[in-house]
Amino acid sequence: MSFISYLINGISLGSVYAIIALGYTMVYGIAKMLNFAHGDVIMVGGFAVFTIVSTLGLPPILGILVAVVICTVLGMVIERVAYKPLRNAASPLAVLITAIGISYLLQNVALLIFGANTKSFTSVVTISPIKLADGQLIISGETIVTIIAGIVIMICLTLFVNKSKAGQAMLAVSEDKGAAQLMGINVNGTIALTFAIGSALAAVAGVLLCSAYPSLTPYTGAMPGIKAFVAAVFGGIGSIPGAMIGGILLGIIEILGKAYISSQMADAIVFAVLIIVLLVKPTGILGKNIQEKV
Amino acid sequence: MKKMKIAKTTKNNLITYSMVLIAYILVQILLITGHISSLMSGLLVPLCIYVMLAVSLNLTVGILGELSLGHAGFMCVGAFSGAFFSKCMDGLMPDGIRFFIALLIGAAAAGIFGILIGIPVLRLKGDYLAIVTLAFGEIIKNLVNVLYIGKDKNGFHFSMKDSISLHLDGEGQVIINGAQGITGTPHDASFTVGILLIFISLIIILNLINSRDGRAIMSIRDNRIAAESTGINITKYKLMAFSISASIAGVAGVLYAHNLSTLTALPKNFGYNMSIMILVFVVLGGIGNIRGSIISAVILTLLPELLRGLSDYRMLIYAIVLIVMMLLNWSPKAVEWKEGLKEKYFSRLHFRKEKEGR
Repeated sequence: MSFISYLINGISLGSVYAIIALGYTMVYGIAKMLNFAHGDVIMVGGFAVFTIVSTLGLPPILGILVAVVICTVLGMVIERVAYKPLRNAASPLAVLITAIGISYLLQNVALLIFGANTKSFTSVVTISPIKLADGQLIISGETIVTIIAGIVIMICLTLFVNKSKAGQAMLAVSEDKGAAQLMGINVNGTIALTFAIGSALAAVAGVLLCSAYPSLTPYTGAMPGIKAFVAAVFGGIGSIPGAMIGGILLGIIEILGKAYISSQMADAIVFAVLIIVLLVKPTGILGKNIQEKV
Repeated sequence: MKKMKIAKTTKNNLITYSMVLIAYILVQILLITGHISSLMSGLLVPLCIYVMLAVSLNLTVGILGELSLGHAGFMCVGAFSGAFFSKCMDGLMPDGIRFFIALLIGAAAAGIFGILIGIPVLRLKGDYLAIVTLAFGEIIKNLVNVLYIGKDKNGFHFSMKDSISLHLDGEGQVIINGAQGITGTPHDASFTVGILLIFISLIIILNLINSRDGRAIMSIRDNRIAAESTGINITKYKLMAFSISASIAGVAGVLYAHNLSTLTALPKNFGYNMSIMILVFVVLGGIGNIRGSIISAVILTLLPELLRGLSDYRMLIYAIVLIVMMLLNWSPKAVEWKEGLKEKYFSRLHFRKEKEGR
């Protein structure tokens, strides 16, 4: 029975990773850059909800909405100020290092505003836990909400990308920036939109993450952010269902590793997964093979 | 009379060496006359460590052109292997020789890890390489935190669980005690040793850069496909740069371990943040510019200490330095603007230089 409850916890954690990984994978697919600051946008979302709900005492729904708006704006501002000027830089390292700088900046600004103390986050989920098999198996409300949110977001995103005009523009830009521009697609606008969607998802992920693991520090987002990137690579970067599958598998691996191997080694196990995936199948589970042109 | 002509690179290297030498002499004079506070003299060895780390990371980032975010992991390997040796051999051989061998062991261990990690990792590029090196750094830190090694009459005992499961007999001692790390490492590090090690690393790196091998490495950075088609063995040269960079970081780690009485693997000293800090040194000093790395490591270490009020903002300043430097140096618009400024104000100077050159 404990195995099943671990499995459910793993799927719950994995759904959070999946939502973060969706943001990563979209940005990576279109801007061809690893947005290191994505994890810290999660943290910003967490602090936004914390401030509104716990400090100001306003209803959680309002908190989530404001957090989504703040993160969306933040994501677009970061893209405009830090990444856009470097889009055609001579070295691909330039934008990567800038992204690390932004990540660091967000962490330290949060550190100056909120301090290093761990804040206890009050869960925004009010659903009571479900008890199965005579109370031996308890599924918490957060778990249910997280899993449902993950599935809903994935379906909406897939529909958006495949059916809407803006989504098609995204696919075109990710395929070939120059050709997309010739077809009359606003490349800069599309990239900005991608960052906006990714950051809004990060805000949602932040709320879910902090509800399930109610401790909030300026460094809360960093590790889940990196692990979500692992999930995105695992599932095949650039692929939306891939991010979902990768996220959930990674969450299960992490929780089972924590339970059965060693709790201190959980992070190492996750990273070992990344290395094995990159060695065996660098394009991930659902990734396409890319041939290098000379 | 014929003017003595020195090659430009030799001249550049000589400037770098003499800069370190002058800094050393200056600090020694200040130390003897007592102008350096105890706080500052405590910073001298860390300063040497940071300089070595910055210089070695610059070899990977600037010369090889790959971003490594696991540099602190190599430092960690060097620190623990060196300290482990010193702890085992303490009192069994003269201090100087023991420390020297510890340094060699640290360099070798980190270099071997560099090769082991490099073989799979260097097949990847750019973002993937960055994230995998980050992952390796974290794995090393995690592993060290659950590693227990003890010694008694029957030899060494290993465990990944706790110190009790080592099953030591009465006289045995625990050397690496998991998260508590290694305690009681002999204090061998000094400023003079640090400067000597900086010199050795500089000689290795500068000579590598200006050698045939170094040019091969830089050609991989500039155009991998073109380099490969001229018959350069990509894997070999990438591994060469990566492992040399790792082993210098390992030596810095040994120095670090022998400067503190307690060695533990915390996120603060061997984690991701440390790797980023080293990267900030490299970026501020100029990617690929070894002398710049030395200067920026010194400035960025001393500045927050000199301006005490700024110490809260230290990390914030690092972040801003990172972003602003990248935007100014790499964004095509900023590069254009700088070129324009140069032409406007320095065109005469340029003209004169060109004339002399002829």
